[in-house]
Amino acid sequence: MILALVEHADGRPERLSLETLSLARRVGSGIGEPVDAVLFGAGATEAAGQLAGRGVSVAHVVEDGRLAAFAPVAWAASVVQLMATRAPSIVLAAGSDRGNEVMAHVGARTDLPLAANVTDVVPGEPFRLTRQRWAGSLLEDAVLDAPTKLLTMAPHAVAIDEPATGGAAAGAPVVEPFAPALTDDDLRVAVARRLEPEAAGISLTDARVVVGGGRGVGSPEAFSELEELAALLGAAVGVSRVVTSSGWRPHSQQIGQTGLRIAPDLYIACGISGAIQHIVGAKAAKRILAINTDPDAPIMSVADYAVIGNLHEIVPAISAEIRRVTGR
Amino acid sequence: MNILVCVKRVPATGGRITLTADGRDIDTRYLGFTVSPHEECAVEEAVRIVEKHGGSSTVLTLGPEVAGEQLRDAMAIGIERAVLLETDGADWDPLATAAAIVDAVKELEAEGETFDLLLFGNEAADTGDFQVGIRVATALGRPSVTGIKAIDIADGQVVVRRDAAGGGWEVFELDLPAVLAVKEGLNLPRYPSVPGRLRAKKKEIVRMTPQPRAGGPTKERLRLPEGNESTVEVIGQGAAAAPAVVELLTRLGVLGR
Repeated sequence: MILALVEHADGRPERLSLETLSLARRVGSGIGEPVDAVLFGAGATEAAGQLAGRGVSVAHVVEDGRLAAFAPVAWAASVVQLMATRAPSIVLAAGSDRGNEVMAHVGARTDLPLAANVTDVVPGEPFRLTRQRWAGSLLEDAVLDAPTKLLTMAPHAVAIDEPATGGAAAGAPVVEPFAPALTDDDLRVAVARRLEPEAAGISLTDARVVVGGGRGVGSPEAFSELEELAALLGAAVGVSRVVTSSGWRPHSQQIGQTGLRIAPDLYIACGISGAIQHIVGAKAAKRILAINTDPDAPIMSVADYAVIGNLHEIVPAISAEIRRVTGR
Repeated sequence: MNILVCVKRVPATGGRITLTADGRDIDTRYLGFTVSPHEECAVEEAVRIVEKHGGSSTVLTLGPEVAGEQLRDAMAIGIERAVLLETDGADWDPLATAAAIVDAVKELEAEGETFDLLLFGNEAADTGDFQVGIRVATALGRPSVTGIKAIDIADGQVVVRRDAAGGGWEVFELDLPAVLAVKEGLNLPRYPSVPGRLRAKKKEIVRMTPQPRAGGPTKERLRLPEGNESTVEVIGQGAAAAPAVVELLTRLGVLGR
């Protein structure tokens, strides 16, 4: 059996977890093993119901009131208990913040190795895998030698398979409530409270269009040009590392290895030279439009479209043209 | 507040990565070395906490002798002491690294040191394993949280925040001693001063020699990802390109009505 941790937001399975299930299903059918899922918190049963056609046989649902707030150690303790009774050959989760954190705790509790941010696996002995280094600028082919293989999946490395629509494969998983035995120690680290964002805006990780600004923007004030374009496109504003380390914009807007990974339909990169640490955060974008004075900047090697010139002239001109065309 | 910060020496890769002929390592002949931005923030935070609350700060790394350079960088901005867990420079997996750090913490604490807080970067820049801090915390029986972007210390507790999925913050309250894996954005690290650099140069580094344990995963080779390169279509020059851009936005279906 393969056990997959499935994260959900109020009963809706997360995109990265669906990617993880796609790999689990492919590996499971290759080695003739079923896939079980484990889901936590309020809405877990509802989320399990939405896994129909995704190759999950049994969904273990933990709706313990003590886990209403995220508690990484308690989640890990629950996964370890399921491992003891169900004896999975592979346990995997999305390489999300929570997925990596919970699986690291699973590894620590069981003293098993964990391969983080895996992009592909070849089951068998030896058990081979490919994982990301440098946030995906580099790949590592590795062997994982352990009685149970612990993995997290690199975000956006595997496409989400369409759910099966016909026959037995289209069915929803059997939902089995699971009541883990949790100690006070397991529960001592938990989210105490949640603070709402200061300014509600379009989330960078969900935005269909992202307008990015780099060193070439030149000053904090000049970001108003990018904000104007973003507002017209319903886009989010993101930045490169030099912008946050100069204190021009908050780190929460940073795209790249030590910031966010975005996957919009279009990324408009303004005044961004394109260091690999930035590119790894933006390469899941379907299209990249680069606006840059330098036609030989590294960003051009990953961009689909480019406008060469001064962004302080080009960006306002695009905004003006959008206003003219749309009548806004 | 006594704080131990753990850092890792990694090559400073700016442009493109070049591999050695056998494909097992990055060709570092023309590269400088640094630590991850997460760890730069961890070092800065340790200095700030000690400036505010008193106590001591120590930086630790596991690596070859030359990793002393990264320890001195940390001492140059105000970390007081440094510990080098010296290796022959080979890769140590996360289990072996965590075990060596646990042994070192136990040894230092047996000699009378106490660490209220252990700080790690959220993940190393190179291997990106996302687990050494948690393994250390678990072995020491201390609470831990990852992804931390704000730290407040009050009354034997540490109150920390991290980004919540979908915006806002998640707040955790941990009893001390605790282990935190932090992210860039926690603070804006200062630059070292010249006197700071000179002071760091003269400081002694405590050396220990850890023994590796079996763990994994085991690297076979490295390779560069394929298919990232695109052919760029230059759609115009300067402000005159605006109509062509708007046409492109329309064609891509991203221009709302």
